[in-house]
Amino acid sequence: MTERMEKRFAALKAEGRPALITYFMGGDPDFETSLAIMKALPKAGADVIELGMPFSDPMADGPAIQMAGLRALKGGQTLEKTLELARRFREDDADTPIVMMGYYNPIYIYGVERFVEVALDAGIDGLIIVDLPPEMDNELCLPALAKGLNFIRLATPTTDEKRLPAVLKNTSGFVYYVSMNGITGSALPDPSRVGAAVSRIKAHTDLPVCVGFGVKTAEHARLIGAAADGVVVGTAVVNQIAGTLDANGKGGKDTVDAVSTFVRGLSSGVRDARLAAAE
Amino acid sequence: MNETPKPNSFKSGPDESGLFGIFGGRFVAETLMPLILDLQAEWEKAKIDPAFEAELTSLGKHYTGRPSPLYYAERLSEHLGGAKIYFKREELNHTGSHKINNCLGQILLAKRMGKTRIIAETGAGQHGVASATVAARFGLPCVVYMGATDVERQAPNVFRMKLLGAEVIPVTAGHGTLKDAMNEALRDWVTNVDDTYYLIGTAAGPHPYPEMVRDFQSVIGTEAREQMMEAEGRLPDLVIAAVGGGSNAIGIFHPFLDDPDVKIVGVEAGGRGLEGEEHCASLTAGAPGVLHGNRTYLLQDGDGQIKEGHSVSAGLDYPGIGPEHSWLNDIGRVDYVPILDDEALEAFQLMTRLEGIIPALEPSHAIAEIIKRAPKMGKDEIILANLSGRGDKDVHTVSKILGMEM
Repeated sequence: MTERMEKRFAALKAEGRPALITYFMGGDPDFETSLAIMKALPKAGADVIELGMPFSDPMADGPAIQMAGLRALKGGQTLEKTLELARRFREDDADTPIVMMGYYNPIYIYGVERFVEVALDAGIDGLIIVDLPPEMDNELCLPALAKGLNFIRLATPTTDEKRLPAVLKNTSGFVYYVSMNGITGSALPDPSRVGAAVSRIKAHTDLPVCVGFGVKTAEHARLIGAAADGVVVGTAVVNQIAGTLDANGKGGKDTVDAVSTFVRGLSSGVRDARLAAAE
Repeated sequence: MNETPKPNSFKSGPDESGLFGIFGGRFVAETLMPLILDLQAEWEKAKIDPAFEAELTSLGKHYTGRPSPLYYAERLSEHLGGAKIYFKREELNHTGSHKINNCLGQILLAKRMGKTRIIAETGAGQHGVASATVAARFGLPCVVYMGATDVERQAPNVFRMKLLGAEVIPVTAGHGTLKDAMNEALRDWVTNVDDTYYLIGTAAGPHPYPEMVRDFQSVIGTEAREQMMEAEGRLPDLVIAAVGGGSNAIGIFHPFLDDPDVKIVGVEAGGRGLEGEEHCASLTAGAPGVLHGNRTYLLQDGDGQIKEGHSVSAGLDYPGIGPEHSWLNDIGRVDYVPILDDEALEAFQLMTRLEGIIPALEPSHAIAEIIKRAPKMGKDEIILANLSGRGDKDVHTVSKILGMEM
């Protein structure tokens, strides 16, 4: 596996705090702004970056991420360009793990073997593919793992004890616990139930368990972070981007600043998380 | 290139992973995976349960009006001057199309599974109406997702659904057609997993839907086969049906797949022509890809983004097709051909004038293909076509196009 992910989680463990994982849509609203956002994320305190791959039919996403994908596609984003974003980012950041997140079809059309090769070369550390459950592991999961690219699996409240081992079997990097049934951008779940679910998953795996869906503020990040190895924030970041676009959908320095300020707040939240856990 | 080996039977699919060759499968979010496994387990039990079959058969007979007649279209046959043309009259079913066959089967499954809320997607509104109908009959609340464009062009069906007590939610994403409605229904399902049953209307989606919907619709072909033997003492030379997602087509095709002398043709929506973007001919002009839980032929660009497509018929306006059709296409058992909007509209009018039957715009595509083929066939040859729905819902669309005042 690429080592960046393991190193990053080990360092955070030593520091005694959960990871802040921030999602944004590659190419939203355009390539250059998107690259500036990506570069700003680690500086604002993001520990791992989830790089969204736009898809025309994002079946598990709420309106905010649907719109972000459409903006990116309208701006001419393609899978090739999303890989290029990562490559450009790597020019001056060799350490922050990048996980590409999206749907299978663009990768299938690009060609699985070619994709895995180009992704590794571009500095990608892992993949989260929403519509590839363990039953479909032959498609991309196994070829990716064979070449050393992490395949991060989603576990959900519907993933019961019986199914959990199958879900965790070919998972690496970390486990992404989707804290509620539903689409991205839904309401925040009850942190105590999240804690119980994280413990349930941890009984089956040594991998870090990170939690997402519904985290919108520094306070949410602190509460969820107290119960997990990492907090994933997506829709709220995407909303920061959407909120600064002009009437023509163009972004600029304001967009990057808004994301940075917001992520800095989330970062202070996860840094307080262990304190909250001790209370 | 290696040629795909021909199977011993064309009726043996899918395999245990839900694959027809490379097509089909279970490409869904983890949240939905346990649900479709539950559904599959229940379906496996139900299909060997005599009580399930008895209830479905009884509903088919007394509620739907099965068996639907096999009708010899004498004047159309005479007019075209070639083959004898028979129609399987699925448009006479309760609710006006073949969709009810599948809805009754699935609502019985939903009941067995203890589900208390039904969701469905709809294009032309025929599946929405059939879903709302069975939901009313079994006393379950029903939410139907329908593209905003389709809500407008199929207004009578929207009103019927509302009368039946369903909530119709217009979907404005994309072009506001069937693809977008299906995305939204999947988002609802992923959010309401505990109590909700997703009643998919076509032979597509994640396994076991393509197989299950096919089995519920195969009653069409099974009856037609027997009725044809009774009427002519032999099987037809050609079986034709229109294909959007492909449930009416697979329903009439499936029982004939292993009859080598029966030629089978599926008719796709050619829209305004295959050279542009305005068509829905996934098999003729698309490529294999993954959408809505299955791998199948899709209209898409070089980056794997799904295109919107176009058809005058809302029921064919879908950029994909059921996975079994993709397999039957690749293996060469069924020929798939496009028919243009204009050709379908002409067929719609010819059928209405000659036979006194107003067909839906979807089967009008099949009739248009018959108009091309029948004159070239001998008078002793037989065509069987699926008249999958009635055209009442389309009169508004057609009057607009023909410039007639309603």
